[in-house]
Amino acid sequence: MATLTTRTTTSGLIALGLAGAVAFLALWTLLALSGVVQKQFLPTPLGVLQRFVELTQSPFVGHTLQQHLLSSLGRFGMGFGLAAVIGVSLGLAMGWFRWLDEIVTPFFDAVRFIAPIAWVPFAALWFGTGIGGPTLIIFAGAFPPALINAYRGAKFVDVRLLEAARMLGTPGWKIVTHVLLPASVPSIVAGLRISAGLGWQSLVGAELIVASSGIGYLMVKGQASISTATVMAGMVAIGLVGVLIDVILRRVEAGIHRRRGRGE
Amino acid sequence: MSNIVFDAVTRVFRRDGKDFPTLDGISLEVRDREFVAIVGPSGCGKTTCLRMAAGLEFPTSGRVSVGGKEVTEPGPDRAVVFQQFALFPWKTVWDNIDFGLRNKGVLEAERRRRVGDIITLMGLEGYESAFPHQLSGGMQQRVAIARAYVLDPDVLLMDEPFGALDAQTRTVMQEELVRLARKNPRTVLFITHAVEEAVYLSDRVVVMSRRPGTIREVIDVASVRQSENWDRLERIEEVMDQDSFVHLRTRIWKLLREQQAPNDH
Ligand SMILES: Nc1ncnc2c1ncn2[C@@H]1O[C@H](COP(=O)(O)OP(=O)(O)OP(=O)(O)O)[C@@H](O)[C@H]1O
Ligand SMILES: [Mg+2]
Repeated sequence: MATLTTRTTTSGLIALGLAGAVAFLALWTLLALSGVVQKQFLPTPLGVLQRFVELTQSPFVGHTLQQHLLSSLGRFGMGFGLAAVIGVSLGLAMGWFRWLDEIVTPFFDAVRFIAPIAWVPFAALWFGTGIGGPTLIIFAGAFPPALINAYRGAKFVDVRLLEAARMLGTPGWKIVTHVLLPASVPSIVAGLRISAGLGWQSLVGAELIVASSGIGYLMVKGQASISTATVMAGMVAIGLVGVLIDVILRRVEAGIHRRRGRGE
Repeated sequence: MSNIVFDAVTRVFRRDGKDFPTLDGISLEVRDREFVAIVGPSGCGKTTCLRMAAGLEFPTSGRVSVGGKEVTEPGPDRAVVFQQFALFPWKTVWDNIDFGLRNKGVLEAERRRRVGDIITLMGLEGYESAFPHQLSGGMQQRVAIARAYVLDPDVLLMDEPFGALDAQTRTVMQEELVRLARKNPRTVLFITHAVEEAVYLSDRVVVMSRRPGTIREVIDVASVRQSENWDRLERIEEVMDQDSFVHLRTRIWKLLREQQAPNDH
């Protein structure tokens, strides 16, 4: 009985979601066809889809959509990977070594309010058009949640486990790697999901100025040639890949919780 | 020499801006290789005493020293079995027990031998690769005990280590602990609620008053054990049947009764 109720509700929710999407697309189509907005600035959904398919088949500003995406993903991987490694290790270490916490926290608190996009001019000055610029900007987006969640995970580790580790003669660095790290895995993974999201969001900003390929670059060039369909196809691609990244990380998260067997 | 000395130790906890005197003037020496049990009403500060010897808690006034050195932090000379066992949930039984030896830098071959031996001793064979949450409470506690024993420390601090065990396992562990203690004596501070366990295991039993904890009386068990030659008896129930045992137990029992708060029945 209970499952039946749940099932009804779930399918009900799906139906609602579908209805919302259909209504949205219908409104959009109406608006585009009505001529209130110039066609050039608002293509129909079908037009965007067409352009999307076109972009996957014939190169635009040098590359197909897939190639642009691939180059974007490469930059994202660099920035996010660095943010994850540095953010998690620093966050965990700050959770154990008080002095490190005291040194880093004030600095970090000031820097994390600088939006990723605000790093663009600085990144351009420092790295020109190389890989360094976009990496820095994506890093700026992805780093804070990686650090904060690892830090919080470390701070909330069961005191009894820490005391047990100390009684067993565990040196400080090993407490970080052998107690804080495994105990904080759920918090770390949750943080990395946010990190990945913010990093991917920062991507277009990163590619606005300092790149010569990539999905952001494609959109800027689309804008220059006043092709709204191209710009919107790029937005669709960003959205789809973002969802994909999140789905993968959710899977990882669920897998970790299952493996831990505690049904958290 | 690894004795434990409490010298006029007091401890006041602050909670909600109020002072809670918890220990009041504890002076006690656990001599080198002596087995001392502490009994006392719940909340009288037994765990606090043990944590001070461990270096996890500090006196408000007075001094706690181990082997002549004031305790300022945990050290490899002391091992603890906690009231709540605090196993690492992400490590297997084997790795939990092995962890302390690794930290000490003991070589692989010797580690394997020592962990293997203690696993046999504790009756944990077949569970080497199990994770703590896959074990019963009693088995988890045996892992926690194994984790402390395997280090073969000078000082063993045990906080109600057998509290979570079923009666049979508890008996086996008690007999085993007596055997170990006689064969390879260590300085042991042992906390328990079970008076019989305290008399059976220890050389002296410390009876504490209710909060703020003071030492009500220290009862010498070792001299009775020797003069009555309890150690010739193999089994715990045989020892417990001795008149001398019953006499001591009843005496401690009465002392504890007096410590019960009037409304504490
Ligand atoms: N960190 C702390 N902060 C505040 N109060 C504390 C703290 N640790 C212990 N206490 C208080 O000190 C008293 C003694 O605690 P302790 O754990 O030593 O008692 P115990 O004798 O071991 O009791 P039990 O037999 O129930 O284990 C208790 O009233 C407890 O609330
Ligand atoms: Mg206690």
